Formats: sequence, C-alpha cells, structure tokens
Amino acid sequence: MPIVSMVEHSLYYPVPRNLNYMWNFGSLAGLSLIIMIVTGIVLSMHYTPHTDYAFDSVERIMRDVNYGWLIRYVHMNGGSMFFIVVYLHVFRGLYYGSFKSPRELLWWLGVIILFLMMATAFMGYVLPWGQMSFWAAKVITSMVGAVPLVGESLMELLWGGFTVDNPTLNRFYSLHYLLPFVIFGVVILHIWALHTVKANNPLGIDMKGPQDSVDFHPYYTVKDLFGTGVFLLVFAAFVFYAPNYLGHPDNYIQADPLKTPPHIVPEWYFLPFYTILRSFTDDWWLFQILLGWWGMEAKLAGVLAMAGAVAVLFILPWLDTSRVRSAKFRPLYRVFFWLFVIDCLILGWIGAQPAEQPWTAIGQWATLWYFAYFLVMLPLISRIERPRPLPHSISQSVLGGGGGAAVAAAASPMEKSR
Amino acid sequence: MANTASTEAAGAAGAHDEGAGRRDFLFLAGGAFGAFAAGASAWPLLDSLNPAKDTLAASTTEVDLSPIEQGQAITVKWRGSPVFIRRRTAKEVAEAKAVKPDDLPDPQSDEQRFGSGAREQWLVVVGVCTHLGCIPLGQKDTDNKGEFGGWFCPCHGSHYDISGRIRKGPAPRNLPVPPYTITAENKLIIGKEQPKDGPGGTTA
Repeated sequence: MPIVSMVEHSLYYPVPRNLNYMWNFGSLAGLSLIIMIVTGIVLSMHYTPHTDYAFDSVERIMRDVNYGWLIRYVHMNGGSMFFIVVYLHVFRGLYYGSFKSPRELLWWLGVIILFLMMATAFMGYVLPWGQMSFWAAKVITSMVGAVPLVGESLMELLWGGFTVDNPTLNRFYSLHYLLPFVIFGVVILHIWALHTVKANNPLGIDMKGPQDSVDFHPYYTVKDLFGTGVFLLVFAAFVFYAPNYLGHPDNYIQADPLKTPPHIVPEWYFLPFYTILRSFTDDWWLFQILLGWWGMEAKLAGVLAMAGAVAVLFILPWLDTSRVRSAKFRPLYRVFFWLFVIDCLILGWIGAQPAEQPWTAIGQWATLWYFAYFLVMLPLISRIERPRPLPHSISQSVLGGGGGAAVAAAASPMEKSR
Repeated sequence: MANTASTEAAGAAGAHDEGAGRRDFLFLAGGAFGAFAAGASAWPLLDSLNPAKDTLAASTTEVDLSPIEQGQAITVKWRGSPVFIRRRTAKEVAEAKAVKPDDLPDPQSDEQRFGSGAREQWLVVVGVCTHLGCIPLGQKDTDNKGEFGGWFCPCHGSHYDISGRIRKGPAPRNLPVPPYTITAENKLIIGKEQPKDGPGGTTA
C-alpha cells in the first residue's frame, strides 16, 4: 500500500535534532486546514447560497441547528487561527532562511498556498451575506476594474452581472468549497518537497549525518502534540469567550446593495495589504515619480502593489543572496528582519484606521519600507554583511550549547563513529 | 491535551531509568484522553445533522375537518410526508371492523387504530407505503384502490384495506397512524396524541 509506506516514511524520516517551537506552525497549519474542511463540509449542509436566503440560513445555523453556533464559530475563528499560524510559519521561514537553496521549490509551493488561502478566505467571508460580506466583495472585485481597457468586461465576467449579486454569491460558494481541496493538494506537494530536501533548522546548516538528526516520530510528533494543545487552548478561548472579537458587528446586518457601512475594514489578516492598496493615491510623491508620469492610474498601481506584496515572496531566493541561512549568524539581517516585522504590524494597524491624515502618510511610508526591504535592503545586506562564523555541525552546537548530560551521552558514540 | 503531550514528552526523555510501566501508563492515558477528545469533537458535528429546532417546531399540522363530506378524502402534508384523511361512511367503518385481526399480516383492529364513537369515522394514516416509501393510490375516486377497496401502491403492488391495513403484497406493515387529536371544534391536529375515546368532532 503506497499510503502506508507514505505514512511510514513521514513518521520515520530524519529531522534536525535542534528544531525550536517555531517549527510547530507547519503541523498547526495542517491541522487548521483539516478543521476548516471538516467544519466547512458540515456548515455547507445547512447553508443556502442565495441572496434571499443566505443571511437567514446562517442565522438558522446559529439558532436552530444542533451545535450550529459551535461549528460556525469554529469555522469563523478557524480562519483567523489558520492565518495566525501561517503568518508565523512564513516569518519563521524568513528569519531562518528556509527559502534558500535547496528549498526554493518548497518555499514557492508555500507562497502558492498563501495565495489560495487568501482567495478562499475572501470568498468565504462573502457567504454570510452581511453588510461587510457584500461590501468586501464589492471593493475587492472592483479592483479588477483597474485593468486597462478590458477592466469593465472582466468585472462583469467575475460578477456574472452588473454588480455583486446572486450569480456572484453562487460562484463564490462553489469556489470556496473547491479551493480548500486544491490547497490540500498543494500541501501534499509542499510536504513532499519538504521530505525531499529535509527540514531547515535554527542554525541553518545542513545535517551531516545521523548524529545531527532524530526521527520525526516520536520526538517531533510529541513536540507537535504539545504545540497542538497550546494552539487549541487559544483557539477554544476565542471560540467560547470572544467568538466575535475578530469580526465586525456590521456583518450581522443583512447585505444592502444600496447602503455602504460608514467604515468598512477587511478582516485583520488582510489589513497590511489593504494599507498597501490604499497608499497609492494620485498625490503620493513615490507614485508620481515611479508610475504616475507615464500615465498609470493610482488605482491600478495600488492593486498591482497589493498583489506584488505577496508575489514578491516568489523572488525572495534571488533577492537575499547571502549563503548563510539563519539570522542567528547575520547581525545586520537580523536588525532589518525585526524592522520589517514592525513595519508589517504598522501596515496592519493603519489598515484598520480611516483613510485620513496622518494615517495615510504613515501607511505610505510603511508601504515604501515594505518594498524597499525586499527590493533594496535584502540584496544590499547580502552584499555588505559579514556573517558570524557558522558552527561545525548541528550536534556539536547542541553539545556546546549545554544540551544536557543525557543528550551528550546519547550523541557521543555516534560522534566517534563518524 | 497540552498536559498529556508534555507529560508524554517528559516520559519519553526520562524513560532511561524508569520502568516501561510508567511509559505504558502515560501512553495509554494519553491515548484514552485523545480518543475522548476526538469523540467529543465529533459529536457536535454529527448531532448537527439531526433535525434542527425549527424543523422540530414545525412538526404539527392543523386541518379543519368541517368541509369534508362522508366518503371524501383529502391529503395534507405533515413532517414532509402525505397524510391521508378520509371521512369514512358507516358502511366502510362496518367493513373495516368486520375483519378479524388475527387473519392479517400485521394484526390490528380498526378500533385499535382509530378508536370508537364519533372518532371512528375519521381515518388518519401516513400515506407512505411501508414497503419502500411510495405514495399509494386511492385518495381519488378514479384511482385504483386495490383488491380490498382501500389503497394500492403502484410501485410494487401492495394492497391496503379501508382501515389502511396491509392485506396483500410485499409491504410488511399497516399504513402507520400518526399521533393526532380531534378537538370539539372539529379541528384535526396531526402530531399531537389524544386518547382513542376523545371527542372526535361532529357526527353530522
């Protein structure tokens, strides 16, 4: 049975012995995907994808369906939990250089998953057909209108009409059901790629022999299980004590195509990208210098920048050319990495503010820094930085770092045999 | 779950000196906890597939019986299925009562099914063939009523008599009598139980 050998292969494959808790987020992302698919399948049995019934069918789930409130709250907050662990997973990869050779393919598959997740989350948010659902759909689909010449026709193709309406809801429902299974497929490829090149580790150096690794099972299954427990505690805290904390009250008002809520905001996980979208205004000097003078509209520039903010991750292996992976040994990179994290948090914070000064100006500087980090700073740092010396091997570093007597006793015979 | 996992990890690391008993205990305790958690998570998902509260709330149907003449039948929907209501003539009631229950595939007297007195003229059965769920013919005068003058299921040929009892064919049971109440105001409430000697509406 190929499936048995696959599972066996996943359990007994060598993993660096020095992984820290940042390496828990991959399995947590997988768990989140499964939780979302299972709760989603059950929810879809109670949901009606029609503009006249969608909102009421969701309310029926909340009030009448047995445990419907629980299943919906798990699905609703599960989206946020999924993004939290995936973002931590991505930042882990950035910090420890997991995107570098030979793991480029693994990284690219991850970026594809991120894109698919964003599309799925966006379309899922439309399904309850509340005010935020509707206007999110309207705003995001209207971005397509920024495409020169054919924008208008593309938008009608996307909507299946002249605005977001029943045909739009129907196709979003269909795709929201389909895409998670596409994600599942890409996740399998992602894990396959991982098992081919093996996991990176906090030191960012390669495993040189059996003394540097332990079997995935039981060592990391147990470590992942512990992380799962912590994750589920946080998850349950949201579901049972603050189920609507991450949402917007306006989405409990049925969609009204004739009335936009005064302050529309995307879900928290899209806020940084929303800021980048809004930063491109006609009067922004950077826009005028770079794009405006040859006739591009600010609207199109914003849309391209927003897509580019994620797409830039694809070319990351060529932007950061340093041979050293882990930021542990890169004093300069480490500083800029944390500046970048702060920048992302600022972008997220600005995304939740109204489009007024001083927020707009702060958002524009943060947007500038976001792209400057990737396109200017990373290539520059890679050139001028003088990395600290790398340890000889993982096992040597573990022993030297006070790995404990038990580990030393277990590891030293293998050291000799090398 | 977090506790289990961390103690399991400690068990694996410290197992050099301590006996296998401790590790076995932790493994079994962890496994039992995990199995319980899986079951507890699966239950809400499964239970959500049971009838929802609004479905259960819509489980009675009210019918005004006063316009129905003797010998006339109507069909109403109750819990999504057809219910046959027939105001039987005195001759039909007598015919139904004349049959000895012991001779039937599913022995039941007409009185056991519909009571006596004013109530006995009203036949109320779920019009779903007990074989494989088709709707038997016989509600209209022009329908084939089968060999026993009641209902006939066209799918696989089951014959029901004027009491809705199975007489011939593959069906194993009589057409079921739903719980119902007939009020003194001649109103039928399907889905609400009433003693078999209840008011039973007007006899006129």
